[in-house]
Amino acid sequence: MLKPNSSLGKLIVVEGIDGSGKSTQIDLIYKWLSEKGKSVYFSEWNSSPLVKNTTKEGKKSKAFTPTTFSLIQAADFADRWENEILPMLKAGVIVLADRYAFTGFARDVARGVDPDWVRNLYSFAYQPDLVLYFKVPLEVAVERITSGRTKLKYYEAGMDLKLSDKRTTSFELFQEKILKEYKNMSDEYNFSVIDATRPVHKQQKEVRKLVESALKNWRGLPSPDYSARNYARRQSNKKENKSKEK
Amino acid sequence: MAENNYYGSGFPYRKDKKLPGKLIVVEGTDGVGRSTQIDLLKKSLEKNGFAVSDTGLRRSKLTQSGLEQAKRGNTLSPLTNSLFYATDFADRLENQIIPALRAGFIVLSDRYFYSIIARDVVRGIDPAWARKVYGFALIPDIILYLKADIDTLITRIVHGRGFDYWEAGMDILKEDNMYDSFKKYQEYMIDQFSLMTKEFNFEVIDANLSIMRTHQEIMQRIQPILDEYIK
Repeated sequence: MLKPNSSLGKLIVVEGIDGSGKSTQIDLIYKWLSEKGKSVYFSEWNSSPLVKNTTKEGKKSKAFTPTTFSLIQAADFADRWENEILPMLKAGVIVLADRYAFTGFARDVARGVDPDWVRNLYSFAYQPDLVLYFKVPLEVAVERITSGRTKLKYYEAGMDLKLSDKRTTSFELFQEKILKEYKNMSDEYNFSVIDATRPVHKQQKEVRKLVESALKNWRGLPSPDYSARNYARRQSNKKENKSKEK
Repeated sequence: MAENNYYGSGFPYRKDKKLPGKLIVVEGTDGVGRSTQIDLLKKSLEKNGFAVSDTGLRRSKLTQSGLEQAKRGNTLSPLTNSLFYATDFADRLENQIIPALRAGFIVLSDRYFYSIIARDVVRGIDPAWARKVYGFALIPDIILYLKADIDTLITRIVHGRGFDYWEAGMDILKEDNMYDSFKKYQEYMIDQFSLMTKEFNFEVIDANLSIMRTHQEIMQRIQPILDEYIK
């Protein structure tokens, strides 16, 4: 169970397997909201500078077990939660997250840790106001990843699960397990499912509608320009009132 | 071990059969004499022909640089710190303690996750959450809790390694000197250990006594474990 969002801010996250196109979509949302002058903050999975060295070291020496991998990812998330996401939400900002606790749940359970145990690790976090899940068939995602990028990395391909000696095959089998976990979570965490096989702009249109409705009652932090204009208006009103009094 | 018992779900992906070794944990606050007692215990056991492996807290290669960096002043917030230590503990458990137990060693662990929980809770972490995090931990065969009064701890620290910033909890308490801070912080820690004594079935050892008396007490308490081991 995640906690209800009790802050002034709004939390919108994207989830999906590698190659589902979720990062492209959230990037477009970020630019769209920024241009509209909204206070918006972006946070990415596995990006905490304090935990980075350990993660790098563990990946390099292939020293992670499913449990330590799960814990270090949770530590990374906790660092971003305490120092970025939660303070921003409390200030009233719209926080966009590329991957959230659900990535931990999906990957760690695919690696064999206990589902309830990993859910407890992240139980300090809020249930997002909107979870956009980019659903894509395995073949499409695999095609997008293997054709576009360089060689798959050890943990990315799930080589630690010993499913296959071949990276591409291992990746496919690993992603298949992750897809299954996402499917199981869909109702549990109220995912809004987006058909990620459609053209980018069509998905974006649908996504913007969902974001708009999630932000409907948002009364959070105004932008500095907006608050400066308001302040100036209040000041000039005061002056006017004073001169009237005279 | 009769069977592998864990506090929670353990490591579901591990297919460990019965581990033939024994896990003896030595717990207690800073300055209570844990490492001295572990050294003595190790020698006594080895003299009697037992193969012994000892392991401490914060010795995992994986997390060493991160934790050192954190201690140098890039302090981690409470949750992050808590999960960092949990990573370190899990790494030691899976890569040092369990393999040694599998090989039939008597493993002496200088502290276990109880100290980590105590430290977390003093820093504002939810006690129930912290306990669930360690659901992967193996239940030790015996937990020797070395308990000493705050006055004893202070004499030992003053005549030993001296006051330390972290052992005095200077990062969280608002005292202007390490003596007052140490006293207060270690009292909080002792309270946490007291709360855990029944819950985790600690064997309480009076560590106010002399080093040798304490050692004799420990030898007596672990005798049943040794009897079971050689049976």
